[in-house]
Amino acid sequence: MQMSGAQMVCEAIIAEGVKTVFGYPGGAIMHVYDEIFKQEGFEHILNRHEQASVHAADGYARATGDVGVAMVTSGPGFTNAVTGLATAYMDSIPLVVISGQVPSQLIGTDGFQEIDAVGISRPCTKHNFLVRSLEELPRVLKEAFYIARSGRPGPVLVDIPKDITVDIGEFVYPDSVNIPTYKPTYKGNAKQIEKAVEAMKSAKKPLLYIGGGVVLSNASDLVRELAEKTQIPAVETLMARGVLGAKNPLLLGMLGMHGNYASNMAMSETDLVISLGARFDDRVTGKLSEFAKYADIIHVDIDAANIGKLVDVDFPIVGDVTEVVKAMLPQLDGIDTDRFEAWRNILARYDELHPQSYVDSDEVIKPQWAIERIGQLIGEDAIITSDVGQHQMWAAQHFPFDRPRQWINSGGLGTMGFGFPAALGAKKAFPEKTVINITGDGSILMNMQELVTAAEYKIPVINLILNNHFLGMVRQWQTFFYEKRYSETDLTFQPNWKALAEACGGIGYDVTTKEEFDAAIKDAIAQDKVCFMNVIVNRFEDVLPMVPSGGALFNMMLPQKVDKPKETK
Amino acid sequence: MERSINKRRVISVIVLNESSVLARVTALFAGRGYNIESLTVAPIPNSDMSHITIATNGSAKVMEQITKQLHKLIPVYKVIEHEEMVEKEMVLAKFPIAEHLSDIGALCAAYNGGIVNVGKEMIIAMVADEPQRIKHFIEAAQRYNPCEIVRGGVVAIER
Repeated sequence: MQMSGAQMVCEAIIAEGVKTVFGYPGGAIMHVYDEIFKQEGFEHILNRHEQASVHAADGYARATGDVGVAMVTSGPGFTNAVTGLATAYMDSIPLVVISGQVPSQLIGTDGFQEIDAVGISRPCTKHNFLVRSLEELPRVLKEAFYIARSGRPGPVLVDIPKDITVDIGEFVYPDSVNIPTYKPTYKGNAKQIEKAVEAMKSAKKPLLYIGGGVVLSNASDLVRELAEKTQIPAVETLMARGVLGAKNPLLLGMLGMHGNYASNMAMSETDLVISLGARFDDRVTGKLSEFAKYADIIHVDIDAANIGKLVDVDFPIVGDVTEVVKAMLPQLDGIDTDRFEAWRNILARYDELHPQSYVDSDEVIKPQWAIERIGQLIGEDAIITSDVGQHQMWAAQHFPFDRPRQWINSGGLGTMGFGFPAALGAKKAFPEKTVINITGDGSILMNMQELVTAAEYKIPVINLILNNHFLGMVRQWQTFFYEKRYSETDLTFQPNWKALAEACGGIGYDVTTKEEFDAAIKDAIAQDKVCFMNVIVNRFEDVLPMVPSGGALFNMMLPQKVDKPKETK
Repeated sequence: MERSINKRRVISVIVLNESSVLARVTALFAGRGYNIESLTVAPIPNSDMSHITIATNGSAKVMEQITKQLHKLIPVYKVIEHEEMVEKEMVLAKFPIAEHLSDIGALCAAYNGGIVNVGKEMIIAMVADEPQRIKHFIEAAQRYNPCEIVRGGVVAIER
């Protein structure tokens, strides 16, 4: 069929089954927007900043597992999108971002709104394309979606010069992709898997170390089965919250800089780490030479470059977690689960000794209480996104995540301003769920223009602002490591949150007591409108436990002990 | 400990011959802090691929990462870490014509080369040899007051 390049872009998006595109028009991408106006195959959401468009597409991708699509114009449109690309890249999120470019003949002349998009995005995309001709456009679009979702997923940029969107040519969307230089490995090496299984059977203190790759691979059920079958205790990384489910008795918690005591001690004392889709990030390992010092390491990862990058691995398995765990399960028939009982008991004792706890208060709302409360009030029905800082860590520690893709946060890049637009994307994907962005009074302002987007398109997400009038995480480090010199972290000067939300077509709540909190949540859900919930929390609350940067995992600063009725799992 | 010893190494990278592929490879080295000692690139005859030869140095661990990271680039077809290889480098050198031409000719001949061009004021010599010997040639050539020396970078082929 004969059509313009712009039409081809729309046809490809429809062919890929994308229902929602997030973006912002401009000069170089105008022809594509003209076609968007004419088509009915997908909805377009106009964010109020390109960064938010990419984060929204990212949130959509994380919530569904499908490829998210964002569209921006050349020059500043693209550069605004770069933080979004980098965020998705660090967390391996499948995105296709389409950017306009100045006409082919103007490239290299410093034209109006010209910037070298493929040059800038090279280190923060899985791959990128500058489309050279109309003939290659259908193939490039097909490859972009394929590369984004296959292997270790990631964002792909397609930069299209304006003249190519105008030109008319034959459109046949390819059925399949053949890139001779790109063949991801899915099946793990059978010999290695066999050896790994033997190691699991002969270990005394094995530990499942579960990373975000399990979520990306949709392998949560299999990993739950693996844990159940072997009765091997497990820790989750920040990106894997929800994989095993909070009620799972084998789950010790989150490990790392703000991991709980039992998780970090388990990693320090284990004799066999079974790493599934995790990448030994520095926020997880602490001091590398002390990390899992007594353990052999099984490392399952679809990205060979992750294996042996930071720690030496005894059983490297390159492959998709789904495929590898599937191959492991039958070989584990008859595994002696009693073997690990002593180990499980030690870890249970650690958890009793120093549970994940905080001192609650009747005078002021504790941020941890607010998060637990959300869990009690909404629980499984919620999708939680977050920004970056103390609130993010409290959410990861205290929210009872039941399922994968329930927890959406920028773990790798740590992008403040991610949570609100990502929540819009998640809510578009799952309108029946209650989507809550747990945020801080610092982060929320970094993409607050999205209030307008949310109000216009009636995307009712709740922004739970845990307001301590500080850039809290930096403040915490200043307290601990900079002799309380609170350099540029005091946010005493604040907007009128309620008025701000209302000015943009949303609702605002000012909350200072637990009763107000419950009432506000109830009302926000009933009102079904975007809101800012300004929750004044204890100003100097710290995120604990904490492993000081570069320290060994077992050297934790622990929270004050509290007598709490024992929770039964 | 052997894995942490820095050593000179040569790798060949076979890539799809498409625009910006060289930029992807060199940007990877720059972005991840790896060294490039020399780099040559040319199309492979009768194919749509190019051959990039990179001389670098690093520990075995770093080399493993370089190889794996290169593999991750979409247009990279193959990465060869050379162990048993034949390596050659070409050099062009320009000398004033006033120097002893027969001596220069003999020197070049000793390093697999000769005088390739004679002008009114300058002569140009070419040699092609192993990188270590190229170093010796450049040292030996100094006594004939070379006005310019251009090294071609290493090419290698696995034996």
